[in-house]
Amino acid sequence: MRAVGVARLDGDCVDYIFQFGFVWREFDQLLLGAWLTVRLSVLAMIFGLAVGILGAQAKQSRWGILRVATQVYIEAIRNTPFLVQLLLIYLGFPSLGIRLDPNQAALLAIVVNLGAYATEIVRAGIEAVPRTQIEAGRALGLRPWQNLRLVILIPALHAIFPALASQFIMIMLASSVVSVISAEELTAVTDTIVARNFRSFEFYLTIVGIYLALSLGFQAAFALIDRLLFQRWSRYT
Amino acid sequence: MIREFSTAELWFLVLAVRWTVLLTLIAFTFGGLAGFAIAILRIARSRVSQLVAIVYIKVFQGTPLLLQLYLVYFGANLIGLRPDPWVSAAMGLTFYASAFLAEVWRGCLQAIPAGQWDAARALGLSYPRQLRLVIMPQAFKIAIPPTVGIMVQLLKGTSLASIIGFTELTRAAQMVNNATFRPLTVYAIVAILYFALCWPLSLLGQHMERRLNLKHLQVVKLQA
Repeated sequence: MRAVGVARLDGDCVDYIFQFGFVWREFDQLLLGAWLTVRLSVLAMIFGLAVGILGAQAKQSRWGILRVATQVYIEAIRNTPFLVQLLLIYLGFPSLGIRLDPNQAALLAIVVNLGAYATEIVRAGIEAVPRTQIEAGRALGLRPWQNLRLVILIPALHAIFPALASQFIMIMLASSVVSVISAEELTAVTDTIVARNFRSFEFYLTIVGIYLALSLGFQAAFALIDRLLFQRWSRYT
Repeated sequence: MIREFSTAELWFLVLAVRWTVLLTLIAFTFGGLAGFAIAILRIARSRVSQLVAIVYIKVFQGTPLLLQLYLVYFGANLIGLRPDPWVSAAMGLTFYASAFLAEVWRGCLQAIPAGQWDAARALGLSYPRQLRLVIMPQAFKIAIPPTVGIMVQLLKGTSLASIIGFTELTRAAQMVNNATFRPLTVYAIVAILYFALCWPLSLLGQHMERRLNLKHLQVVKLQA
């Protein structure tokens, strides 16, 4: 292993020689990091969507206090930075007796954040289902659960799929922020490598490429899923 | 030694708000200028300029803001500059803002019916004048609500500048927390300060959007 081409100080100007060989040697680590990022995003999306569905129900609740509480939650999350939410959970919660490891804190912070946006998206989807259709479902004798699933949720999901897809990509990109508490994902993996060999620019440039490939790849995949899945359903609706 | 969290610390946090606001305004101003240029490139008839604009927007919207800041910060070395948190944060957020503003404004410009372009051309206006006198005044109105939304997003995004060492509100919080070790108090106050900045903007955006929709509805009714 040759460690040539380190930055050379030349007057005020630094001659920097790119050393992408370093990146290539650690590339399997980066791929593992990319997998961790995708896993974190998918997990967060599942829980976040669940929070969103509950939130959308709470926003239409009979109890005023529940409606107000949901609105406060949404506004609080949407008008504060994700980084502050993350640090509040990771550093602040232990004073309340809730101690989380970095990975748990990261997942919780992303889910709490995503839940607020998902609530608004799901609510918009439910509003997209005409009231008369819900009443028709009830009149047909569907149980509340069946009515929710068949008449409200599935057509609503169809309506909100594009918004959820772009929210997923935004969450995947925003998840790089959890590297500040050393939760395991692509940026944190890279931070660890860079701390060892100081090739920051090459490594960060490479993972920017990986993030870009992930977001473009998922965009294409979601477009395909939208076409395959919902075009069939839309024939019935 | 652990300090008590007192009004001095609170005041320190409140004063740090100005750097967050200043950074937001700088990034918004330069990002707006660059974003406008890119939006124009994006709607131009030349395929090449469209492609350049699309790639620019895709790259900055498809990568994390944190890493854009890292690249600007560590990349300063490559062009012989000392990495400076101020310059890096302002530049990184400018790139980020320009891509989002370009995409939103492109949508607004393209929302203007093609007939308006034809009419302007029929009046003998040059392309810049078609844009400036006919298209932009109409696009301007529909552009305001989403632009306010992006400003909120940018304001929240400035918190990431703390990671490359720019002393704004979030970094001030870290400093106070290191001295007082009261993370819950400190970050709760910081969250409230961000909320106080962002919420009025969000409400303003929603209000203008509703007014725009009402006006639009009236126009539709009049036409019907």
